[in-house]
Amino acid sequence: MSYVSKSPWVIHYDGSSCNGCDIEVLAALTPLYDAERFGVVNTGNPKHADIFIVTGGVNAQNAPIIKQIYDQMLEPKIVVACGACACGGGVYQSCYNVMHEGTRAVIPVDAYVPGCAVKPESIIDAVVAGIDLLEEKAKKMKKNPADKDRTDADAGHGVHASVANVDDVPGAGSADVR
Amino acid sequence: MELFGYSIWSFVGMAAFLVVGPIVGCLLAGLDRKLSAGMQGRVGPRIRQPWWDFRKLWGKEDATVNGAQDLYVWLYLIFIVLAGMAFFAGANFLLCVFIQTLGALFLILAGYASRSPYAELGAQREIVQVMSYEPMVLLVAIGMFMATGTFEVNSVLTADVPMIRWLPLIFAGLLYVLTIKLRKSPFDISMAQHAHQEIVRGIVTEFSGKTLALVELSHWYETVMFLGWIGMFAMWGGGWVAAVVAVVVALAVWFLEIVIDNNFARVKWQAMLKSAWWVALILGGINIVYLIFV
Ligand code: SF4
Repeated sequence: MSYVSKSPWVIHYDGSSCNGCDIEVLAALTPLYDAERFGVVNTGNPKHADIFIVTGGVNAQNAPIIKQIYDQMLEPKIVVACGACACGGGVYQSCYNVMHEGTRAVIPVDAYVPGCAVKPESIIDAVVAGIDLLEEKAKKMKKNPADKDRTDADAGHGVHASVANVDDVPGAGSADVR
Repeated sequence: MELFGYSIWSFVGMAAFLVVGPIVGCLLAGLDRKLSAGMQGRVGPRIRQPWWDFRKLWGKEDATVNGAQDLYVWLYLIFIVLAGMAFFAGANFLLCVFIQTLGALFLILAGYASRSPYAELGAQREIVQVMSYEPMVLLVAIGMFMATGTFEVNSVLTADVPMIRWLPLIFAGLLYVLTIKLRKSPFDISMAQHAHQEIVRGIVTEFSGKTLALVELSHWYETVMFLGWIGMFAMWGGGWVAAVVAVVVALAVWFLEIVIDNNFARVKWQAMLKSAWWVALILGGINIVYLIFV
């Protein structure tokens, strides 16, 4: 076990949509769920974060912001898309400005969390599942520091694992819907 | 026993601070998070969590903004360690205070070095923090000299009565500025420890990976040194019983800091500066007048 799995610091970005998932992410930090038990710290700074939690829909306006946050994060890092909107537009999928692929339209996503809104339990599940991926990336980095495993080039195809199958998420993963 | 003309205990103190200091500081940081979580009705992380955080940061990708920043952060660490070693060697207290201040200034320079607006704002706020606590810390040194006739920590630790007998109000004043020095709420203006959202992250915004880990390490050293200052007030005669009393007092103050941290909301910097200077003026002033007439 490397140490990254014991101290996953998250940064959270809420795109458009209804803010429901945003609230649920914060709920995961409250005394009832207490994500800090697992060493999770909610940081506001991409440079300090290991896990990027995206909630809400991705649209033309916030896509560059999401890309920017992702680029500022340091390896090893993973991305978790939380909620139907972040996974694939959700109920807003057919809006004219919403990217129907969700987060992976902009950055590679490592884990998808279904739900509208996501349950705090599933968010914690996803973070804990994501920890294994972080672990893998950290090992790769150690072996070959030059290869930072930057997956920017294959944005949208860098799906390494999914907590739930994308197709299970209502309104997600159906790129050909329009 | 003597070595190079100094008591062997000076060397023991220095070595202990260098090696055991960060371990104790790390445990205290973990305890802080655990107790804070308890006070908020949460389970909280393990006590070892700060160590895991440190190791994780150490293994992250290297992305320093510029070389100067790293140099300043290293100097911050080095001067804090030197200040603590001077203190635990039983050397001059004034020397310890000045080296410590130099370290604090290097942290501020590191904040400015990145040229990021967030870090610069954090650095400006850190300057206000230093301005707020410095008068009281100097009054501690002045009171110490007036009460014991020396700046030597050694002689204070082996005096007949604990220094708090002569400096009760100055001790209270030091408690007040300790919250500012440890950057705890309500005075966590330059960099919040718990909220983690403070105008991104105050002075450490642009620090990442190893640089941030070094800052954490310096905090551990700092905490132990400041608690040492507190313990100094309760120590006398140089015996073991007195040493235990001093450690207990220091830990009690640490607990008090955590309670304060969890129960107060942040104040504006004006309130911090004004209140800290008033505290220094009133508590320090009355205590010094008392020393003049006793
Ligand atoms: S998935 Fe549902 S709850 Fe979450 S942001 Fe979208 S619409 Fe709101």
